[in-house]
Amino acid sequence: MKAEIEVLQPGLFSTIQDAGRKGFLKYGIPMSGVMDLYAAKMANLILRNPPGSAILEITQMGPKLKFSHPVKIAICGALLSPKINNFPIGNNRVYKIEAGDELSFGKRQIGCRAYLAISGGFKTGKVLKSRSWFEGVTDNFKLNKTLKLPYESTNESKIETNASIKFTSEYLGTSEIDVFPGPEFDLLTEREQEILRSHNFSIDKNNNRMAIQLREIMGNSLKPIITGPVLPGTVQLTPSGKLIVLMRDCQTTGGYPRVIQLSETGMNKIAQKIIGDSVSFAFLG
Amino acid sequence: MGERAILIEFEPEISENTLEKVLFYKNKIEGHYIKVKVEVINTYNSLLVYYTYTIENVYDEVSALTGLFQGTKITKKTIVQLYNIPVCYDVEFGLDLKLISREKNLSLDQIIGLHTQPIYTVYFIGFLPGFLYLGGLDKKLQISRKIQPRMVVQKGAVGIGENQTGIYPKSSPGGWQIIGNSPVPLFDKNRLPPCEISAGDKVKFYQVSKSEFLKISEEIIEGKFQFKKTGYEGGN
Repeated sequence: MKAEIEVLQPGLFSTIQDAGRKGFLKYGIPMSGVMDLYAAKMANLILRNPPGSAILEITQMGPKLKFSHPVKIAICGALLSPKINNFPIGNNRVYKIEAGDELSFGKRQIGCRAYLAISGGFKTGKVLKSRSWFEGVTDNFKLNKTLKLPYESTNESKIETNASIKFTSEYLGTSEIDVFPGPEFDLLTEREQEILRSHNFSIDKNNNRMAIQLREIMGNSLKPIITGPVLPGTVQLTPSGKLIVLMRDCQTTGGYPRVIQLSETGMNKIAQKIIGDSVSFAFLG
Repeated sequence: MGERAILIEFEPEISENTLEKVLFYKNKIEGHYIKVKVEVINTYNSLLVYYTYTIENVYDEVSALTGLFQGTKITKKTIVQLYNIPVCYDVEFGLDLKLISREKNLSLDQIIGLHTQPIYTVYFIGFLPGFLYLGGLDKKLQISRKIQPRMVVQKGAVGIGENQTGIYPKSSPGGWQIIGNSPVPLFDKNRLPPCEISAGDKVKFYQVSKSEFLKISEEIIEGKFQFKKTGYEGGN
């Protein structure tokens, strides 16, 4: 029998992600991949998985999952009160799962996205060389009750200790996002640049894997640009003066001025923010 | 742009001349980075070199790129593919044909004639997987986008927005004025590469009846469909 996870409750929004879809930007296909690279990498590392192994990205309210066969798991990123058979467990540690065990989640404590890694990685299907779910490319784009998630059962205890790996969780609580000036930053007025450097912004309800909108209206003196390339981490300034932080599932091109580019750590940090959280930009360059 | 990408911008204009330069340097960069993993995407006047790792020394990379550009003369890639793409301009699909006819004072046949006449240039793919940014629309057909975008534009819908025309590769929200529908698959996730047409290629539309449209749709489902294409000289 195949080892697989049964979805008892889907939770709010979970997807399978890996390092992303590489080599297809020129066809207009988003990169996708995990929102918080650091947390996902650590969860895989704790299990000694190759980096970029497929992982379950869990947003705010976790699912309830039942395992058919023994395996090892680890969770990193947001603290979502995980439990095995209703017994509370912690993040950043290896747990041995037995056949029939149930993994569930409770109250969110800090962060937005938790990463469930499984030894060997999830074995869901690849489309265009990646296991990352994305609507329009993969058949599945959101965890639901009808899905079964295949994995490879492991019984051998390769991992004796995880003492050597330390997950640095301070970034989950920080509001400072490390950024670089974007291609159109210099075209902004001094006042607009100053707003970006010094003001606090807050996360809007419109936030998902494609983009995170910020609530505040800062004004905009710039005209739209000729449609140009955008990337995950590009911050666009809309005609109405709002900031949109593009995330992993974003389009490949856009016509709004690109005023800021988030650093890799900046993206990991903002991926852990929820509605109403405050953020400010710390310019590196 | 961040720690993984270098953006190269050319003069801010939409023209065949600029595209020629952009695609020439794109080929140069792709040819240079065979061993190192980079992705190069182009738009009207930009090239984005995306590295699959974080760039250690940005100055080294920039000088490597400028080194590639120095002393090179732009040579035209003369042969590209010209794709003949069937479009059914039936009013059942062409939801905005009547509106355009009224606003532009053109008969439906004139609209179809003007739309099937030009040889369009594929500038790049963006917005949606397989969405071609086409240049070369006749000025008489240029019309502003809908004030209120449609929540759902059908897959295959052929539309006009300002000086651009294009085909929606899948159903999506959209603001362009819709004049017809094309059955051809512009994006197939099970194929490598997933899009047959690429930047620099040429596109020409030809009118098909509703029954021909259905016949082509059947061929696509049966896997018998093949793009009608010919070599085209003088491409970018």
